[in-house]
Amino acid sequence: MIEINALHKYFGKFQALSDVNLFLEKGHCYALIGPNGSGKTTLIKSILSLVIPSSGKIQIDGKVWGNNPEYRKMIGYMPQNPRFPDSMTIGQIFSMMKDVRGEYVADEELIRSYHIDQMSHKKLGTLSGGTKQKVNAALAFLFTPQILILDEPTAGLDPVSAEILKEKIQQERRRGKLILITSHILSDLDDLISDLVFMQEGKIMVQCSLDWIKQETQQHVLTKAIASWMKNQNVDR
Amino acid sequence: MNKLLKYVIADILRTKVMIAYTVLLFLISFVVFALENSPGKGVLTMMSVVLFMVPLVSISFSAIYLYNSAEFVELMLSQPINRNKVWAGIFIGLGLSLIIAFAVGYGIPMLLFSAADGWVLFLTGIFLSACFSGLGLLSAVRVRDKARGIGAVLMIWIFFSIIFDGLVLFLSFQFADYPLEKPLMVLSALNPVDLSRILVLLDMNISALLGYTGAIFQSNLGTWSGMVFISIILLFWCVLPFFWSIKFFRKKDL
Repeated sequence: MIEINALHKYFGKFQALSDVNLFLEKGHCYALIGPNGSGKTTLIKSILSLVIPSSGKIQIDGKVWGNNPEYRKMIGYMPQNPRFPDSMTIGQIFSMMKDVRGEYVADEELIRSYHIDQMSHKKLGTLSGGTKQKVNAALAFLFTPQILILDEPTAGLDPVSAEILKEKIQQERRRGKLILITSHILSDLDDLISDLVFMQEGKIMVQCSLDWIKQETQQHVLTKAIASWMKNQNVDR
Repeated sequence: MNKLLKYVIADILRTKVMIAYTVLLFLISFVVFALENSPGKGVLTMMSVVLFMVPLVSISFSAIYLYNSAEFVELMLSQPINRNKVWAGIFIGLGLSLIIAFAVGYGIPMLLFSAADGWVLFLTGIFLSACFSGLGLLSAVRVRDKARGIGAVLMIWIFFSIIFDGLVLFLSFQFADYPLEKPLMVLSALNPVDLSRILVLLDMNISALLGYTGAIFQSNLGTWSGMVFISIILLFWCVLPFFWSIKFFRKKDL
């Protein structure tokens, strides 16, 4: 579904991505993890062409899309720090996004479970961070996209809402969607993901299945598995 | 029709700054027209206000708007919309909103006092709104850092409003022994504020206020063709920032 070949990105002299090769398939849920500044968000933004790569090729659904924006119909994106026009109401942002999208199959499950329609008259500028994140999530899932890219999806959400979102992510994965999540809260990802992509300093250190890393490190909890794997890597070096 | 356009305009016209700008312009125009005993004099006073205020508000508001809506731009670009369309929506939306604010703030008092001389100033204000909002967006898309971007925008405004005149004066004194008419005409075509001033004064036929560059325009081109010539250059000034800035926006990393 998403194939990335030899992707490089420089910000001036700083190399944010170096030779990234990645193949992401349908029906999998990938966790993109790595320390701060390892290039996770840059990679995600490159897929969405929010960041223009310095070199390399990104194929989505078997095609290089270039300047053609149509492929983004397949993608639902949840950015890290949602900020919406302050003077708009929740209702207005939803109708605007629907208007901009044109044709789509609506999935309003999150709108219902977060009771967003009951606050549709509220201005976006007055919302708390958590409520904004709910709107953000509902918008990403609204158009039943084939690919979901979620940047820190549970950040700022209360436990109940986070649980609703995780439930939704699992359900979409079972429907054969491709899901790419970045998160720092590893315990959140444990029962969610099927694969791991670990990045460091702009490089992909490892791409593997969750089962593999658990077996390799003899740990059953993701946090511990990754910690122990990282320790081994450092020893090898 | 650009779908984004109406949302951008609706968003901007509701901001407090925009409402304050319209109201302030309205009050100043109203008071000026009410106090001056002839509408012509009112237009002249308003000219100074418009030439000072419209560029400053347009350029700084546009730049700040773009910086503040970075996340909104990102949200739009993650949707299946072309970058060109997003930029056109923002660019035209901002320009139109500033034009609407000016047209209401200045136009209504002008009509109320039936100042027939004021139409050229009305047109000039529209040109200046469009041109300086374009310049504001151009600097905001080029300079990543907000503080530096706003600084750049203020420098551009000071340059066109104050420094440029000094430069023209300096050059005309330094090269007073040479035929300067053609070079000075080209030079003043590089300053939309000066062009706007000349346009209004040519129309009102006040040669005492035309100044050196204005007099050159009048003597070389005549009043009527001078005005057409200036309007065409001003139109260029409105369109040029768009094509320049879209080049940067296409390659911009968000």
